[in-house]
Amino acid sequence: MIIRLPLHNRVALLMALAAAAAAVALPFLGFAPNRLLSGRPVPLWTAVQGLGGAMVLITALALLATPFLRPTRFGLGLTVAAGGLFTAGLVWLTGAQAAVLAQGASAAARTSFASGFWVMAAAGLLTAVDAARRLGLGAVGRMAVGGAVAGLVALQLASGHLDSLSILKEYANRRDVFADAVLRHAMLVATALLPTLLVGVPLGIAAHRVQAVGRAVFPVLNVVQTVPSIALFGLLMAPLAALGTMLPGSGISGVGPLPAMIALTLYSLLPIVRNTAVGLDGVPAPVREAARGMGLTPRQIFLRVDLPLALPVFLSGLRITVVQAVGLAAVAALIGAGGLGAIMFQGLFANALDLVLLGAVPVILLAVAADALLSIGIAAATHSIGVLPGRSAP
Amino acid sequence: MIDFERVTKRFGTWTAVDAVSFTVAEGEFRVLIGPSGSGKSTVLRMINRLIPADEGAIRIDGEDIAALKPEELRRRMGYVIQSVGLFPHWTVERNIATVPGLLGWPRARIRDRVTELLELLNLDPRRYRGAYPHQLSGGQQQRVGVARALAAEPRILLMDEPFSALDPITRASLQAELSAIHRRTGTTVVFVTHDMDEALRLGDSIAVMDHGRLIQCATPLDILTHPASPLVRDLVGREEWGLKRLAVETVGDRARRQESVTGEPLASGTPLHRALSEMVARGTERLPVVDGDGRPAGVLHLSDLVRPAPGGPACSGPGPSGTA
Repeated sequence: MIIRLPLHNRVALLMALAAAAAAVALPFLGFAPNRLLSGRPVPLWTAVQGLGGAMVLITALALLATPFLRPTRFGLGLTVAAGGLFTAGLVWLTGAQAAVLAQGASAAARTSFASGFWVMAAAGLLTAVDAARRLGLGAVGRMAVGGAVAGLVALQLASGHLDSLSILKEYANRRDVFADAVLRHAMLVATALLPTLLVGVPLGIAAHRVQAVGRAVFPVLNVVQTVPSIALFGLLMAPLAALGTMLPGSGISGVGPLPAMIALTLYSLLPIVRNTAVGLDGVPAPVREAARGMGLTPRQIFLRVDLPLALPVFLSGLRITVVQAVGLAAVAALIGAGGLGAIMFQGLFANALDLVLLGAVPVILLAVAADALLSIGIAAATHSIGVLPGRSAP
Repeated sequence: MIDFERVTKRFGTWTAVDAVSFTVAEGEFRVLIGPSGSGKSTVLRMINRLIPADEGAIRIDGEDIAALKPEELRRRMGYVIQSVGLFPHWTVERNIATVPGLLGWPRARIRDRVTELLELLNLDPRRYRGAYPHQLSGGQQQRVGVARALAAEPRILLMDEPFSALDPITRASLQAELSAIHRRTGTTVVFVTHDMDEALRLGDSIAVMDHGRLIQCATPLDILTHPASPLVRDLVGREEWGLKRLAVETVGDRARRQESVTGEPLASGTPLHRALSEMVARGTERLPVVDGDGRPAGVLHLSDLVRPAPGGPACSGPGPSGTA
């Protein structure tokens, strides 16, 4: 007898098939006697053990069933839960299996995530994200889903369950520098953001008011955006080094945080200046005319009309800037600016992929967190101004 | 109340307003009409100094407006534009409260005033007070626009083609409401339009502009019966001239007071073209008329409609020779 299942969610089906294929065909973990040797593959089925394994298996079965759930609130909610719990469960399995493998092995032995883990975790997350969007969850709701999954992983981290994994062993070796690197990374972005806003916002206002300013500024900023980041760091080294020799004792040098800050500021200017100008350009002329006709002063018009109406477009520029700066700050490690990029490059040069991961994962998390927070801000600002005809955020 | 004395405005080499002089009396409803580029909107926007005059003087109650702070001047006047320009991020209540807020009225007084204005413009306060502009139809938005302009009880209301973008039915009802508000409050209104029917319907007096000059300033009746130039005659239009002529007078103006007749009566404020329409519809040559309180006020005969009427009071100010 053939049972025909009604297919309701093609994305979930694709993800479920990808996860199933990865479970069977790809290694789940890699186990190596030390971090320089390549490991032997550990397939998923050897990792599924005990009560925890059974629970992960249940979420996996639920994930396989999600393509056939009707797209009701309940069905989609179940899909979100299945995707999120499956991902968190996979992480739990890696920790459990790493602990098993660590027994009887030397302290130098390493258990790393392998391709099967990545494909399955991505499939689970994407299923959850897609279903959350279909549920019509706003920025806050989607962030709550992401936060719940991140929270489950954080609990495992805090409990020490994942300590046998290679990435956490790398972390244990660098516990002292890691926190410092995260802080330094965030500081690098923040210190670049401050001058960007101080220069970019007035420049954007000027470009909105005087066309000639825009015509002069935007081509320059566009060119800066097209210069590859490493080239820009390189270009800044020579003049700053020269300046440092001219002013001994000033602390200025061609390497370190200063050129990184300048380069990040230059990159960050375009989205800020452009979105400030575009946001102000988008304020309907009749609204300004009415404000003037009713006797608002120019300052009142700017503060009460221009500013709130341009805010959503400005915030989407800020979002682009912050996410971009978090990524670029990693590259800045090449010129000695420190931060999480330094950990990544150490790993690259030592051929220790888990060390690269230790640097890369927090960079991604920082970018995602900044993106989510600003998305909520944009949603709030857009909601408060209602629907404006002829406006769209770039 | 509003005096223009040889006021000129140039934009580059183009003279938008050319030595225009006129007077608008206290409580008058003055319509400015003319083709595009005739300078009518520029004249309006010079009254609240959105556009500064190059030459001449503009006085309000004898005071030269150039001596006042523009913001203070504008807060004393209502201003309504065709595209409304409601603040999209503020509720209806906050929009209407703009000028009272700037003037520092106490909260309770502002709240009462908003309620009063919403009722005046036929918008249910409970439903619309907290609404945002994008939730309203075009007609409702302009109602709020008019309410916002009236909020601080201005003695002068400036309106720049306020109803031009509305559908005919909404436009007609807003015109009627504006007329009623004008009668009730006695606010001086300066109203720009390019629609002669609207001008004839609303104006106590009509100023016709062309190429920056004032070419005629007269009552609607005079504009119809004694157009000062071919342009004015073209604006009035030859088509249905007779009906337009009838539309500027009311049943009460022509009724024979001592007579009476049976039938469904007309109110004395009904325009004459409506009375003609009623006669045709009912197949009668005589209609009973009642006054505002419903008391008999005489009979209107078909022949009364073609009786020539005496000219109305002249437009205040220099009139036809306004450019002199």
